[in-house]
Amino acid sequence: MAVCIAVIAKENYPLYIRSVPTQNELKFHYTVHTSLDVVEEKISAVGKSLGDQRELYLGLLYPTEDYKVYGYVTNSKVKFVIVVDSSNTSLRDNEIRSMFRKLHNSFTDVMCNPFHNPGDTIQSKAFDGIVSGMMVQTASYT
Amino acid sequence: MAGSQWELPPELCCRPMAFVALTGLDVVYNAVHRAIWDAFCANRRADRVPISFKVLPGDHEYPKCRTKRTSYEWYIPKGILKTGWMNKHLNLVPALVVLFYELDWDDPQWKEKQSECATKVEIVRTSLQGRNTKVAVVLIQKKTPLPPGKHLYSNSLCTCVLRSVSSISLSLFVTGSSTNGVVHFIIKLENAFYEHAQTYYYTEIRRVKSHKEFLNKTTHQLLFVRHQFKIAFFSELKQDTQNALKYYRTAYSLVHELRAHETNMLEIKTMAGFINYKICRLCFQHNTPLDAIAQFRKHIDLCKKKIGSAELAFEHAAWMSKQFQSFGELFDEAIKLGLTAIQTQNPGFYYQQAACYSQDRKTLAQQLCQAGASYPSPEPGDTQSGGLDFYGQRPWRQGHQSIDPPDAEKEKTGIVALQIKERDVPHSELIIALLSNAVAQFKKYKCPRMKSHLMVQMGEEYYHAKDYTKALKLLDYVMCDYRTERWWGLLTAIVSTALRCAYLMASVRDYMIYCMELLGRASTLKEEQKLRIEKNLIKVLKNEVPEAEPECDPASVTAARALWNDRMALAGSNEFTIEVQDYIPFIQCKAKFQSPSFHVDQPIQLQVFLRADCPHPVSFNKLSVSLSNQEYNQWCVVESVGQESMSLLPGKTKCYNFSFVAKTEDVGKKIEMTGIELMLGSDGGGRCVFVGWRGAGGDAASTHEALLASRSSRRCGRAVEARQELDWDSLSIQPSTMIISRVPKISVQLSHQPPALNNEMYCISLTIQSQEGGVARDVKLTAGLKPGQDANLGQTTHVTLDCSKVCDDTAPALLPDVPLGDLNPGQQLERCVYVKCVSTGPRVFLFHVAYSIDTSVEGRQIVCKCHKDETVTIETVVPFEVSVKFVSTKFEPLERVAVDIPFLLMTDILSSSPWPLLLASSSLQLLTMTTNTAQLQSQLQEVVLQTDECASECFCLRCPPLTNSSTTVATGQYLISWRRKSSGADSPLIQTAVALPHVILESVPLYIHADLPSFGRVRESLSVRYHIENRTALVQEVEMAVEPSDAFMFSGLKQVRLRILPGSEQQMLYNYYPLMAGYQTLPQLNISLPRCLTTNTHTLRRFLPQRIFVKPQGRQLDDASIAAA
Repeated sequence: MAVCIAVIAKENYPLYIRSVPTQNELKFHYTVHTSLDVVEEKISAVGKSLGDQRELYLGLLYPTEDYKVYGYVTNSKVKFVIVVDSSNTSLRDNEIRSMFRKLHNSFTDVMCNPFHNPGDTIQSKAFDGIVSGMMVQTASYT
Repeated sequence: MAGSQWELPPELCCRPMAFVALTGLDVVYNAVHRAIWDAFCANRRADRVPISFKVLPGDHEYPKCRTKRTSYEWYIPKGILKTGWMNKHLNLVPALVVLFYELDWDDPQWKEKQSECATKVEIVRTSLQGRNTKVAVVLIQKKTPLPPGKHLYSNSLCTCVLRSVSSISLSLFVTGSSTNGVVHFIIKLENAFYEHAQTYYYTEIRRVKSHKEFLNKTTHQLLFVRHQFKIAFFSELKQDTQNALKYYRTAYSLVHELRAHETNMLEIKTMAGFINYKICRLCFQHNTPLDAIAQFRKHIDLCKKKIGSAELAFEHAAWMSKQFQSFGELFDEAIKLGLTAIQTQNPGFYYQQAACYSQDRKTLAQQLCQAGASYPSPEPGDTQSGGLDFYGQRPWRQGHQSIDPPDAEKEKTGIVALQIKERDVPHSELIIALLSNAVAQFKKYKCPRMKSHLMVQMGEEYYHAKDYTKALKLLDYVMCDYRTERWWGLLTAIVSTALRCAYLMASVRDYMIYCMELLGRASTLKEEQKLRIEKNLIKVLKNEVPEAEPECDPASVTAARALWNDRMALAGSNEFTIEVQDYIPFIQCKAKFQSPSFHVDQPIQLQVFLRADCPHPVSFNKLSVSLSNQEYNQWCVVESVGQESMSLLPGKTKCYNFSFVAKTEDVGKKIEMTGIELMLGSDGGGRCVFVGWRGAGGDAASTHEALLASRSSRRCGRAVEARQELDWDSLSIQPSTMIISRVPKISVQLSHQPPALNNEMYCISLTIQSQEGGVARDVKLTAGLKPGQDANLGQTTHVTLDCSKVCDDTAPALLPDVPLGDLNPGQQLERCVYVKCVSTGPRVFLFHVAYSIDTSVEGRQIVCKCHKDETVTIETVVPFEVSVKFVSTKFEPLERVAVDIPFLLMTDILSSSPWPLLLASSSLQLLTMTTNTAQLQSQLQEVVLQTDECASECFCLRCPPLTNSSTTVATGQYLISWRRKSSGADSPLIQTAVALPHVILESVPLYIHADLPSFGRVRESLSVRYHIENRTALVQEVEMAVEPSDAFMFSGLKQVRLRILPGSEQQMLYNYYPLMAGYQTLPQLNISLPRCLTTNTHTLRRFLPQRIFVKPQGRQLDDASIAAA
């Protein structure tokens, strides 16, 4: 389960970022922000070869000592980043993929909301709920 | 340096090379020896064998060899690896000792020298008692080598020396040769040394391996590690890196099999670190970086949790940091030697992690090393030898391998001593060094955000180290990256740190900037924080000392207070100008000209919108706008009156209007806002801060906000107007305006009859009527082809005001500035402009009427220049088309024209003009032809052609005999003068010349023509006379025969043969008697020229009439009745 989930706009500013409240929130912000380096690099590398047949899931972006950072980029260049605790080895690639897919579906729903302004930060209870379902349940920790 | 405890020993990090000692060389006083030594040590490139040489005196004492243990049964090892061991084998115990000795073959004292040499060898031998080190002797000879014939002799001498010294080898060394030769010889020598060294290390490996059988698993676990390490190290010395790697790997797994407890944890970790370092180093050397990385990961995973004593947890962090750092260095070194790294796997990550552990170390040290404890004495860290015997052991209990410390009291003081030492470690320095290493790496591998993040960490570390200047510099540098990427949470964190730095430094300017940004809309601070910051900002504006930032070190706060008090006392520099364009300040500013352009007779209006995002109202004393023309600046200032200052309410938009009158010189120019300044505070007493925006306001975030606002309003059509409040985000900036001339109050009307006809003087009549209140002076007209069209049009268009004659090619395409005088109110003026278009197609014509007028704007008298432009597109078409054809006198189309025989020229003029045309006259201008008839006047005179009507003319021409022999001749021109029917009678006529086609000439030898009446009557004789002309210079014989015809009876010669003289004519007369009425074919005349075969009946027959109309035989009526019919 994730410890931090973020949605980043095409222009690389955060649309949504949520992390496990028990830990230093700022640190996760930095982790997500720095992971954009790798995302950008991966997008630009793919763009050169096959324009339309791009896989949205970018896989493991980079491992840090404590966390694994996964990335996903929609066709409109909106990025999803999921940070997972390194100690959590039970999580498989497939599960991460399905998490991203779920996130993407929920994000699409948010975008379909006529009262949502694309480019604004996401304030949606439904989206919050989906994210909460994917986050580490902090209650079990404390 | 305090961190040195964790540094890897240099003997571990170096590349082990075989150690060879050279003795008997006097490198200080003997030049020859010096040269030999230099040749050994200079220029040691990769192609030379890896040996480290050392010059030692002949009687050097080598380390004593301890007596060999025969049994390990009662032996309990005291540690894993002795601290001196690696150094001993790298630098102290040679693999080979080489004795240099000067001895020539023909030395007079041969015997003595020989025994001296033997003695020297013996001394070395004794010193190396018990070791496997070999001794070699090199004889230095000053004489050139012996002649070839004496080899036998030298050989025997060699063996003689060899026997007497009983050394293992003997080499000859001749110094007589050149330097190049010396080097060559040295290389040969050192290759021989290298072989001996390898054998030595091989036997050493065998020796260590042989111990293994004596060991048992329970008591000698440490020795297993030690022996594997030693074998691996010797293999490295032997340059057998593959085996070395293998043994190091075994050693590594053995070290983790050791029973680990709190007392020996450090020793195990130290050794594991050493072995890991060696493995990684060798993996990189073998160009298998993935193995190195895998090994390192394994190492970290195994050791991460082995913290050891909780009271010394910082030691573990320090050790971890060092592991990452040294791996990073190894990685970096490998890259320098050609390895390629990638974005997600580069040394930067290891440096970063090292820095991270150093930060942990710092926090742990701060927690564990409480101040106050006094340093214990005697120093528990002292040992008898001054250093440690074994790597990674505690100085106060060396050699103890028991689980519990032998002396609890000593253990306690030892720990306290270590904690106190740790307190003095400059942690921040270490962290910053590691971070800056990491920054350099991430810069290289395209990770700008990672770089920024690390720079933030560096800045924070500088802040902790109280180096605020450097901290601010770094933070300020990266701030804008986060600002442009719009990560407000991170930006706020960074600015907050920067604010603390600025406070602690009492840097007024920076303090204010960061306060402004933290109060702004990009700040994610809580409301109460903002309140506090705003209070502080107001204090600073009043030249008071602000409250300390929370989370500041109390000692530093006291120092900062003093600094602030100094600043306060310091008068003078209390005026600040802060450019906020690149920040996101707490006051937003947007300005706009009301319109993108203003007429010069209108006052220019501009609005400045201000909005405060801070929680308290802000008051200010002055707002000014500077414009590109500074003369207008005086009109764009608003200042507070007296004590009453202007204020901005939180979240409310306030609008300030300015207006001024532009100068008439500025017509056509752009006025731009160059800056907006807001004065906070007052110049009397407090500080005075000018907050400045470049251009027309806006800041680092406003562009994006405007974009979002435009998107949202476009999408939902939000009723912005419906709300009372202005929608700030959708307010757009209008930074410049054009000053344009006054709107003209005149009307310009054009009347004309399009399309224009090619070449005609096309009349466009222009009516100018003034609707001005005053006199329009200096009215000027510019008329003609609008500039900027196809360049060819300029050549083919001519404009004139003179209608009396057709203008020529010198007339311009554009008539500039035709003065028309003054125009009174309501007055009307008319002018006709004539345009001649030589080519067809559309043209745009411009009619520009300019004048000046006096007017007043807001009480100021100004002279305005106005102008009115009218453009019209006029199509030019061809007025008529002329077609010409040649026909024979029988109206048969002619392909060729026979010389000196009349023919007809027919012209058709087809009008394609939509307007009726008046053809005034037409004429032929002939070149070679002559008219056959006298033409008195054109047949087309004063003919009016409507659209699509056609006018034809016919001319009878004859081509005179030609002197030259050309077969085609130019005919000439057909001239038509015409004009529009509608144009005045006095308007000029246009001459259009049509070139007539060329004709092909032919000459006929015989010309025949007939005289016959225009009709015949049944049963009335009609006489036909045929004229036959010989056009050649020869006598022509002609055969003529008349064929019988049903319609005619005739009299005359039926068949005749006659001769015609050159140039003369023969006449034949026939009387035809028609028998039938109607069109009747005349009896055929067959003519042939037996001498001229090219001319036959058919070619001649075309000259002759074929048929005749025969009237029926009427009743005899009187002429009157005929006339009546």
